[in-house]
Amino acid sequence: MPTETVLGVFAHVDTTVRALEELRAHGYHDLTVYTPLPVHEIEEVLERGRPVSRVRLFTLIGGLTGIASAFLLTIWSSLVWGLVTGGKYMQLGSGGISGSSLPPFFIIAFEMMVLFGGLATVIGMVVLGGLPRFRPSSTFDPRFTNDRFGVAVHCAPERGGSVRDLLRAAGAEAVQSR
Amino acid sequence: MSDSRTTSSPTFADVNRDVLRTLNPPGNLYFAWMCVVALGLAGFFLAWAGQVWWGMGMAGKRVPQMWAMYITTFVFWIGIGHAGTLISAILYLFRARWRTSIYRAAEAMTIFAVMTAGLFPLIHAGRMWFAYYLLPYPNQRTLWPNFRSPLVWDVFAISTYLSISTVFFIVGLVPDIAALRDASTGWRRRIFSMLALGWEGSDTQWRHYRRAYGLLASLATPLVLSVHSVVSWDFAMALVPGWHSTLFAPFFVDGAIFSGFAMVLVLVLPMRHFFGLHAYIQDKHLDAMGKLILVTGLVLTYFYICEIFTSLYSGEHIEKASLFWKVTQTYAWALWTMYFCNCVAPLILFWRKARTSPFVLYVVSILVLIGMWFERFNIIVPSLGHDFYPYTWGIYYPSPTDTAIVLGSFAFFLLLFLGFIKLMPSLSIVEVKETIPPPMREGPHAH
Repeated sequence: MPTETVLGVFAHVDTTVRALEELRAHGYHDLTVYTPLPVHEIEEVLERGRPVSRVRLFTLIGGLTGIASAFLLTIWSSLVWGLVTGGKYMQLGSGGISGSSLPPFFIIAFEMMVLFGGLATVIGMVVLGGLPRFRPSSTFDPRFTNDRFGVAVHCAPERGGSVRDLLRAAGAEAVQSR
Repeated sequence: MSDSRTTSSPTFADVNRDVLRTLNPPGNLYFAWMCVVALGLAGFFLAWAGQVWWGMGMAGKRVPQMWAMYITTFVFWIGIGHAGTLISAILYLFRARWRTSIYRAAEAMTIFAVMTAGLFPLIHAGRMWFAYYLLPYPNQRTLWPNFRSPLVWDVFAISTYLSISTVFFIVGLVPDIAALRDASTGWRRRIFSMLALGWEGSDTQWRHYRRAYGLLASLATPLVLSVHSVVSWDFAMALVPGWHSTLFAPFFVDGAIFSGFAMVLVLVLPMRHFFGLHAYIQDKHLDAMGKLILVTGLVLTYFYICEIFTSLYSGEHIEKASLFWKVTQTYAWALWTMYFCNCVAPLILFWRKARTSPFVLYVVSILVLIGMWFERFNIIVPSLGHDFYPYTWGIYYPSPTDTAIVLGSFAFFLLLFLGFIKLMPSLSIVEVKETIPPPMREGPHAH
C-alpha cells in the first residue's frame, strides 16, 4: 500500500503535544516524533498504551549471565588448580564441594553481574533503537537536534491533505511532504 | 573572579551554540599548559624507562615499605575517579538537577583518573609486560588467579568500573555528538557522524535510551560504592596494624567522594572561567558542590576520630604503638598536614560566601587534594614502617624516579582532560536543555 509521509516542524512543546493529541484522536498511530531532548509531556502522549522498553530484558539476561559465569569461573578454576589456604583447598568429593570458601567469589560475581549487565544494556539500546544508522532517515532534519520538534505522520496518500491541515492548525511552523 | 554575567535562562539554540563554541581552536594559555604537560610526561617516561632498565631499586622501595608512593598514588587516582560516576549515577537516580552542567566533565575526569590509576599497578609490578598474569586466562599450566585474594578482586572491580564508566560516558555522549554533527562542518562533521551512530532523536530511540540510561545508573550505583570498598580491602584484609579494620570500606568510599569533588572543582572552575559558562555552571552549582565537600569532609573527620578511638580502646599494644609512632615520629608532619587539609580547611565552607567564591573553593579543593594524597601515604608508608617487630621497621624516602612518575601521572591526566575539552562537548547539551524551561507558545491561538 503506498503511503505518504507528512512532516510537521514545531518550535514549541505545547503545540507539538497538541498536534500529537489531535493525530491520535483522528486515528493516526504511525508517527515518528523527533525531539532534541526527552520531553516529559511528549513522552506521556506517546507512551500511552505502549509496552515498557525491552531494554530491561537485555539487562536481566546480561546480569544473570555475569553471575553464572563468575561462579563457574571461580569454582571451576579453584577445582582444577587447588590453592591451599588455611590448610584447605577446594575439592569435589562424593558429598559435593568441600574445603570451599565461597564468600569471596560473591565479589567476583557482583562485579561480573554489573559488567555483563551494563554491556548488555547498551547492546539492547543500540539494537532496539535501530542504531547504528548509516544514512539519515528521510524525515530527519538537522534542526531536530537543536531547538525544533518534528512530527512525521505516515498515512495513506488520500489523507495527506487532512494531516497537513491538522498539523498547521495545531501550530506547526512548517509542514512538508517527504 | 566575580560573577558579573547575567544568569537569565538561555534558549535551546544558545546551548548548542555555547557548547560548540568550547570546541573553537584554543589560545596560547592552552598551549602553554600543554607544554607543561609535555615536560611532565617526558619526566614520567624517562623515569619509567630508567626503572625498567636498571630495576625496581630505582623506585626507592625497600623492605618493609614495598608499597610506597606508587600504591599511594594509585589509591589517590582511584579515589578521584569516584566523583564522576557518583554524579552521573547516584545523583541521576536522586534527580539532583544541579548535576546536569558538571556531570560530563566529571565523567570524563573519572575515566581519565581511573586510566591514570591503572598505570600504577603496572609500574609498581616492575615487569609490566607480564601484566596479563592478573587476568584469568587459559594457559598450558592450568594456572588460575587466586580468587580469594583481595588483589584479584581489585583487578575485577577496577576493570569493571573503567568499562562501565566508559560505557555510561559514551551513551551519554551519543545524542550530544549528534547535535554537534548537525552543527559542524568539514572533518569534524565526518568524525562526529561516525561517533553519533546515526542518532536522530526519534521517539523510539529516546524511549530505549532513557530506559537504558536508568538501568545503567542503577547498575553503576552499587558499583561506585563497591570499587573503593574493594580497594580498601587490599589493606583491610592484611594483618598490618593500622590496616586491619572493618572501618576501611566506608572510610575509603567517603574519602574518595571527598577528593573526587575537589578534583571536579579544580577542573570545572577554570572551564567555567575560560569558556564563559557562567550561565550554565552557576553559583548554586558551586554551592551544592561546596556543601558535598563539607559533608564528606565532616564524615571523614568522624572516621579519623573513630580510627584513633578504636586503636586506643583496642587494648592491643602494637596498634597503639603504631598510632603513637604515626602521630609523633618520622612521618608526623604528613599526618598533621592531612588533618589540617581534610578536617580544618573545608570548615570554611560552612559560610555560604565561601561556597560561592571560586577563589576560596579553588584553594580548599587544592588543599583537599593534597590532604587526600597524604591520607593514602599515611595509611601505607608509616603503617608498613612500624609493624610487629622492631627488626622489620624502616623509613622510606622518595627517590627521583618515583617522584617523577607520580608528578608525571598528573601530566598524563591533564593531557587526557585538556584533549577532551577541545574535542568533545564538555557540557551535556541534552541534560542542560532539560533544566531550561521548554519553549511554550502561550495562549490558545493558532496561525
